[in-house]
Amino acid sequence: MRRAGLKFRLTRRQFTVGGALAGAVAVFGCRSSRSRKWECLSDAHAGTLAALCDQIIPADDFPSASQAGAVSYIDRQLARHYLRHQSAYREGLDATERLSRSRFGAAFADATPDQRLQIAMSLEKENRAFFELVRQHTMEGYYGAPRHGGNRDAVSWRMLGLDEPPLRGRAQYDLRKGSGA
Amino acid sequence: MKRVNAIVVGAGAAGGIVAKELATAGLSVVLLERGKWYTAADCRKDDLHNQRTTLLGNAFGPEDQGNPRVWVDKQGTAHIATPSEGSYQNNAACVGGGTLSYGAQAWRYMPQDFRMRSTYGSPPGSSLEDWPISYDDLEPFYEKAEYEIGVSGDYSGTPFHGPRRRDLPMPPLPPNREFQILEPAAKRLGLHPFHLPMLRNSVPYNGRGPCMRCRWCCGFACEVDAKNGTQNTVIPVALNTGNCELRTECTAKEILVDDHGRARGVAYFDERGHLQEQLADVVIVSSAAIESARLLLNSRSKLFPNGLGNRYDQVGRHLQGHHYTGAVGYFDFETYDDVGPGASIAVMDYNHGTPGLCGGGMLANEFIRLPIHMLDRLPQGTPRWGLAHKEAMRHWHKRSVVIMGPTQQIPSASGRVTIDPNVRDKWDLPVARFEGNVHPHTFEIGDVQAKRAEAWLKEAGAINTSQMAWHPESVSAGQHQAGTCRMGDDQRGSVVDRNCKIHDVDNVFVIDGSVHVTNGGFNPVLTIMAIAYYASASLVRNWKGTAFRS
Repeated sequence: MRRAGLKFRLTRRQFTVGGALAGAVAVFGCRSSRSRKWECLSDAHAGTLAALCDQIIPADDFPSASQAGAVSYIDRQLARHYLRHQSAYREGLDATERLSRSRFGAAFADATPDQRLQIAMSLEKENRAFFELVRQHTMEGYYGAPRHGGNRDAVSWRMLGLDEPPLRGRAQYDLRKGSGA
Repeated sequence: MKRVNAIVVGAGAAGGIVAKELATAGLSVVLLERGKWYTAADCRKDDLHNQRTTLLGNAFGPEDQGNPRVWVDKQGTAHIATPSEGSYQNNAACVGGGTLSYGAQAWRYMPQDFRMRSTYGSPPGSSLEDWPISYDDLEPFYEKAEYEIGVSGDYSGTPFHGPRRRDLPMPPLPPNREFQILEPAAKRLGLHPFHLPMLRNSVPYNGRGPCMRCRWCCGFACEVDAKNGTQNTVIPVALNTGNCELRTECTAKEILVDDHGRARGVAYFDERGHLQEQLADVVIVSSAAIESARLLLNSRSKLFPNGLGNRYDQVGRHLQGHHYTGAVGYFDFETYDDVGPGASIAVMDYNHGTPGLCGGGMLANEFIRLPIHMLDRLPQGTPRWGLAHKEAMRHWHKRSVVIMGPTQQIPSASGRVTIDPNVRDKWDLPVARFEGNVHPHTFEIGDVQAKRAEAWLKEAGAINTSQMAWHPESVSAGQHQAGTCRMGDDQRGSVVDRNCKIHDVDNVFVIDGSVHVTNGGFNPVLTIMAIAYYASASLVRNWKGTAFRS
């Protein structure tokens, strides 16, 4: 979170470089992201997103959304099928931070559980398009196929009591000769 | 390029059959397909990226880039639709078309479905009409489709089906738990439940094994190749004759016409994007209702300035799909047994005969719902996120049953496909544009069907139910698209004759769901297949060496 704060104190030279970087981001999409951990998100945005995802699917006896990889899922898709949502995420996550700081004086990820819930409820009312986007994508990252980086170790399917790995080749008719089908 | 006897545009449910029938009759055939040839190895079992759930795109085409369509809302505003969006009305773009990844319900329409106007009259504003052919004309070809492509099921529980000469070639899959819950309830209601017919092997058939009953069926290619489409039945047979050449990733541009008003062949973009001309004695358009209409409308020439077959402005009209309604029921015991494909039991009691309603539809239980399908299908009042939603997912995912069905749509001439004046695809071809709406009587029928589905669930012991009925404000087409090149005897009110030949061109045929006058209260694919066998038979019968005798 401290890194995000630093951005507001850029020198003129840094600002120019920043502008060039932003241009590069616009041209090359996510590839010029400085974070090694994420394909598209900055560490700060990823932290905010993880906290928001965990409002949508919190932990109980089973992992929360971010624990199950929902942020990885969203990050990957923002560089692929959800390219068109990149700016909505950037703006929405920034707005979430602003809201949290102005209302509670704390970064969203550092706010108390009750404060985070209040922010999420405000977003649902006042920033509905963004909230719905995050809700839908979090659910996809939690309940969808593990191959996309979410639903780690098929944890949501195990939670629902589905066989994992699934059963294959269940016997149904006795197909031996002469037994009749 | 060598001239051939016939070029078939589209290797889907109908095109694959036409290619096989013509090739085995000795005609040289080129089969064009805009998509790729996938196999069982392309199943992938990806909940987010398949042909039914397309959150991350279509698994079996078309891809989102470069293939737009346009739909016009009630206020007259045009919107761009991309292929993985619902408003695109997509089916598929691949060898086998929809039959590679469909749920594979294999319904015959009922005799009344071919005589809708005679049975019900025509509601104001509708274009409800009789087919020029009857159930009896198609019956032998339904049977041929059931045996050549391969259907399992058992009609013995219902008295409502049309007359049939032979039983289905395969027994039904053993009942899953939903069947066992719903069957006695239906009987208590006086209904006639039965094992619904499916283009799916229940026993070894056609050299391939039976269904292994997995969770990933509707929307997926079958991992064990037990689902029967044209890509694993008739298309290989066509290729084995030596008379048929399949060209994949080839997109038709237009049908070429000579100075005498006869088709010369088809111009198309090959897999490398080069424009090619394939000359042929006969052109068969089998691209499904939306793209078939688009190809005809894009085939403008001096003699046919409004597009081929469109002298009376009929091409693209009467676009229809199915209006799906039903109900979801929640139980206090587990209804889910993880035994695919899920859909197993149906009733035909509600297709016809309700006073005040022009038809109805079949009702059946839904295919297995993957977790991603349950997110917004939890009991009413469940919070949409947070711990309560997670708990509800845990509690209800294995305790719910969905019954729904395809309400027979009342067609209208204003629900149509046209060519958009502005938007073009990656080949610079004008794209399909949807205008109009579903006829409102369709919604009245659909609402009644939803109540019936709910009553069945309640009788089966559901402790909580909710109806799924809606009144969309756009055309309905999608995977069940039909109707845009209506079959009829009067050329002012239809596009093709009873043999699927375009009225005013001697050697161009439209053979696919486009020719359906009405679309039945059932999944349409077996009827599309039967039409393909029926029209191919007449084409072969009238074939004279290098020309068609009309």
